[in-house]
Amino acid sequence: MAITTVPGTRREPGRPASPYPAGPQRTSLGRKVRDNLTGHAFLIGAVICFGFFSWYPMIRGVVMSFQRTRRGVTTWVGWDNYDRIIGDPSFWAAWKNTFYFTVLALVLGYAVPFFVAILLNEFRHAQGYLRILVYLPVMLPPASALFLFKFYGYDPSDAGLFNSILKALHLPTSQWMQSPEMTMPAMVIASTWMNMGGAVLIYLAALQNIPGELYEAAELDGAGIWRRIRNVTIPQTRLILALLAMLQIVATMQFFIEPLILANGTGAEDSATSVAYLIYQHGFFQNDLNGAAALGVIMLVVLAGFSAVYVRLSSKQD
Amino acid sequence: MSVPQYRKAAALALVAGLGLSLAACSTKSDDAPNDASGKVTITVDCQPVGSQKELLKNWNDDVVEFQRQNPNIVIKSVSVGEQCNNPPDFTARLAGGTVTDVFYGYMTDLQQVLDSGQAMDITEFANKDTVPTWDSVDPALKEVFSDGGKLYAAPVKNYSMGLVYNKVLFQQAGLDVNSPPKTWVEVRDAAKKISALGKGIAGYSEYSAGNTGGWHFTSLLYSQGGQMLTADGKKADFNNATGKQVLQNLKDMRYGDKSMGDRQLLQWGDLLTNAGAGKVGMFIGAPDATQAIVSQFRGKFQDWAMAPLPGQDGAAKGTLGGGEGYFFKKGLSPEQVKAGLKWIAYQKLTPGKGQFDYVRAKPQNYPVGLPQPLLFANGSEAQKQELELRKANANVDTANFAIFEANPVPIKGEPRNAQAIYAVLDAAMSGVLTNPNANIDALLKTAEDKVNKLLAAES
Repeated sequence: MAITTVPGTRREPGRPASPYPAGPQRTSLGRKVRDNLTGHAFLIGAVICFGFFSWYPMIRGVVMSFQRTRRGVTTWVGWDNYDRIIGDPSFWAAWKNTFYFTVLALVLGYAVPFFVAILLNEFRHAQGYLRILVYLPVMLPPASALFLFKFYGYDPSDAGLFNSILKALHLPTSQWMQSPEMTMPAMVIASTWMNMGGAVLIYLAALQNIPGELYEAAELDGAGIWRRIRNVTIPQTRLILALLAMLQIVATMQFFIEPLILANGTGAEDSATSVAYLIYQHGFFQNDLNGAAALGVIMLVVLAGFSAVYVRLSSKQD
Repeated sequence: MSVPQYRKAAALALVAGLGLSLAACSTKSDDAPNDASGKVTITVDCQPVGSQKELLKNWNDDVVEFQRQNPNIVIKSVSVGEQCNNPPDFTARLAGGTVTDVFYGYMTDLQQVLDSGQAMDITEFANKDTVPTWDSVDPALKEVFSDGGKLYAAPVKNYSMGLVYNKVLFQQAGLDVNSPPKTWVEVRDAAKKISALGKGIAGYSEYSAGNTGGWHFTSLLYSQGGQMLTADGKKADFNNATGKQVLQNLKDMRYGDKSMGDRQLLQWGDLLTNAGAGKVGMFIGAPDATQAIVSQFRGKFQDWAMAPLPGQDGAAKGTLGGGEGYFFKKGLSPEQVKAGLKWIAYQKLTPGKGQFDYVRAKPQNYPVGLPQPLLFANGSEAQKQELELRKANANVDTANFAIFEANPVPIKGEPRNAQAIYAVLDAAMSGVLTNPNANIDALLKTAEDKVNKLLAAES
């Protein structure tokens, strides 16, 4: 007897037969919803939350970036807000600072946690305590941590913590946040100290998944510690490294609290102004919510580019 | 109940709960303007916070007494923090439409409040019927809160800036506390002597962040005879000799004399914290800066005195005047506006009541005797009453403000879009205070370009 199949109901190899009768009603929306009522019900909550708190504000931001509100009257102004924002001298300063911060944070904030994780991984005893120690700064509220740096670490007088250390070592002291050259490195140091705990734990988890035999084999082949790192550790954690790099880029490009607290905003001659802070300044200090929205959209587009890379990497990992 | 059914029930309960939560979130305030008994309800902000126990009690007592005198009015107080107008919070409340019916704002906020579409025209309601002292209120202050001939707020405070100085440090540096500097050259000399005391003391201290740098640049510019904007308000007018002199004076003190201390990028609280700790010899400020130093930053009243703002070679040609008022939210009923004005009249504009209840303030050690809030016109009846009460109940040494009061400097108001302009000028101020090689011409040119763009966008 010939076997006939209804389109859409053909049984895939290894998949159990559907308990529902085949037929046109199988594809109706109502039926689909009823089939997965639990899933859809849970989905509604998430969709409402995302809708209200993420998607709607985003769409509203894009709309606002093409509008101007004056005297309570909102009008469409095309690209005017974008023209004005791009023409603001602080716009380019902010992007320059943001990229500079991102690169520095990538060099320092990316490499340091990786090597700290490798170091921690080598410890056979007290690893739990050390992990807590490394993670402690993450538990400190960021504002408190930054005030510590501001008032004690980066005090420009000789009484400042870092300056007294430099002085004790007979090295030149720094003006820290008051020096346009030192503003960015100082913010990256503080930011790295605050945030590296999380990255260290992720790296540590990845490191502990590397089979021990690989290291043993490498050792038998006469590989020293650097060769083991280069030929075993880095290739085995390559994907995690790449994903964290992308996440770090997206996160650090939105840095805000560092200039707000360490530099009281823009810092010396715009040396601390980040794109996120410039958005805040336009929106909350310059009576320019529409300009702030335009700058937000520009930032969204740039970050979307990096996020696209991240998504591609994620799918590769899958 | 089978497991799948149980899950379904849980999911439905979750959705129903979420729906209810959202519905609850979207529920509007139940403060109906008029209730069944015919009472008018208004919400008012700037109620002192819980930590300001005596001020809060005073406010609450005032509410009780006011409601007793006006049984048809209900005042609902809202606290918005210790600083009634922290610009970012204020902007968020305006943009979100969550300002109270009667809300506090700076004189510089008029443009922003109008743009937000939240301001109500109160011209027809502000009169002797609602505010008995209305005719005594300085017309210049009413003008500041007006636009196109319409009044949008009732002024409740006014100040002008002068030179605030620490008498203790003056004495330690061998300076005469009764002869404070009259010119910027004299300020430089005095600052050098005070900073020579060491111990991290700044002879003169100045703001350069959080909009306060631009605020003080404006006052310093006025002292030189300059103006922030051209007469038509369409262009920046500070990139000239007067603007350069302002920044040059600061740069010379900071890097030539090294008399301004190491810590810069200061904003309001930073400078006053240092002042309260006895680390600042002089700064420019309003009389109530001394009040903040004492009440918030643990300084002592008797340490501080005030002189008029210095000029470059002689008396200052002008000083910055500013102040505060209460706006009215658009959409209020006429009864609510009248009720709000009556409350402001009681709490802010009546000698002997509210902020002028000097008999109550005196034993509480809130300063009585400061040359502020300068609300009533010279020679007006309300001014006479207020001055008499102030004199009779003074608990601060009024001699500390005698030089300031005896040498009035012409007061100039803040420029249009002041807060936005101040934000721009912060960069020029921070430039000369943090970079020994700062190019003053370039700093002013950049600020000028930015302000011109900002003004063009507004027009």
